[in-house]
Amino acid sequence: MSGIPSRLLDGVEAVGRFSLSIVIALGRFGAFLGHAVGLLLTPPLKTRQFLARIKFVGFNSLPIVLLTGTFTGMVLGLQIFIVLSRFGAEAFLGPAVALALIRELGPVLSALMITGQAGSALTAEIGIMRITEQIDAMEVMALNPRRYLVVPSILAGVIAFPLLTAIFDTVGILGAYLVAVKLLGLSEGTYFGEMQTFVEIRDILTGFWKSLSFGILVMWVCAYKGFYVGHGAAGVARATTQAVVLSSVLILVWDYFLGSVLP
Amino acid sequence: MITVENLTKAFGTQPVLRGVTLTVPRGEIVIVIGRSGGGKSVLLKHLLGLVRADSGRIEVDGVDITRLRGSALDAVRRRYGVVFQSGALFDSLSVVDNVAFPLRERTRLPAREIAARAEEKLGQVGLAGMGHKYPAEISGGMRKRVAIARALITEPEIVFFDEPTTGLDPILVNTIHRLIGDLHATFRFTALVVSHEIPEIFEIANQVAMLADGRIIEAGPVAAVQRSDNPIVQQFIRGEPGA
Repeated sequence: MSGIPSRLLDGVEAVGRFSLSIVIALGRFGAFLGHAVGLLLTPPLKTRQFLARIKFVGFNSLPIVLLTGTFTGMVLGLQIFIVLSRFGAEAFLGPAVALALIRELGPVLSALMITGQAGSALTAEIGIMRITEQIDAMEVMALNPRRYLVVPSILAGVIAFPLLTAIFDTVGILGAYLVAVKLLGLSEGTYFGEMQTFVEIRDILTGFWKSLSFGILVMWVCAYKGFYVGHGAAGVARATTQAVVLSSVLILVWDYFLGSVLP
Repeated sequence: MITVENLTKAFGTQPVLRGVTLTVPRGEIVIVIGRSGGGKSVLLKHLLGLVRADSGRIEVDGVDITRLRGSALDAVRRRYGVVFQSGALFDSLSVVDNVAFPLRERTRLPAREIAARAEEKLGQVGLAGMGHKYPAEISGGMRKRVAIARALITEPEIVFFDEPTTGLDPILVNTIHRLIGDLHATFRFTALVVSHEIPEIFEIANQVAMLADGRIIEAGPVAAVQRSDNPIVQQFIRGEPGA
């Protein structure tokens, strides 16, 4: 009588404790963004930190975005050309590549690349500041560390992600052009002409809204993980891994959601 | 004056502070001693408003800071200077920018005035001309001195030192202690120092309080604490095993 019910009770208690911890963590995660948005709407904006973050997130991610964008476009050009040539529909290669990049691959792949390049570094930087008491030092100076570390990062994400996505799309289209026109002999006029016919402003807006929201999402997750890092070097390592994995998963989940609701 | 009354704090089921009562008189240096892991840093974090107490009061000139949040707490913190155990220097800023940081962010003083004050403060801690270096490029002793310069640049009324000499050689320990003593003689701030450096730290102390088992077990003038008949205090002061 006493053994089984008490074990059952322990199990229920463990489930309850786990559920509570999840709810508390989600609440803290949401409040973190809410606090940052509140600070963003109340001056002063820390301009120096913001410009440093633009360089950190945007400029520093440029090489990897250029490289991956070019090769993504080249692969797309090659594979779609092979498929379309089976149906004699090579003329649609330009719009197929452009739509795939602008609506889907550009925002998602560039966000994943920036997460690896800048998001992980952001988590590590803020995490190290936390464990070396630099964030405590700001607090006891009566300064709000979120205003210096989180707000500039999220704002930089909002600006840098769409710009880097546009660059990714552009070099991707040029990469596919190299393969399709220069290597496989498709006419230049067909490649670009059909693209102008089929790509609409709503496609560009879909890509824009996706990249903008990814910018907020990635910077939010990565700053949060750094801000609430565990102890020591192992804590920073764990937080960095979690930030990259969580950001990547959320990018794909959010991409599906946005893809469903945006035109 | 700072008064701590019956302060308690537990992390989970582990009690760390079990009713700490302590007074730091205005303009005096009070040293808090005690074994590692005894709750000294937790007590300090309460005084800084970084940790919330489970119960008890911390009054800074009559204002109970355990109930304060946001801008009200910041108003008290503006009177503070803090030297962290690790120095907590901003590693992305040069030494002079670290020292100037509180003035740059909290005042509207002209940039030239701030730079001049930062250089002056660096001179007072014996680091004149080192402002262009970064924290990673200077020694541990220098970092402590930069941290002291940064803590004092706003001319705070109350300064907290969290083990300011940990990890330094004996000569540097005495240098830092003398520096704290000299700066205190000049600026007359109220100071609370958490330290392990016994008996060297006693030279600059007005009062000593010993924290053990989550309570202040002995507090008073240095000579009185040194003569204490409490065996735990005597064991600790003599550095005997088991203390």
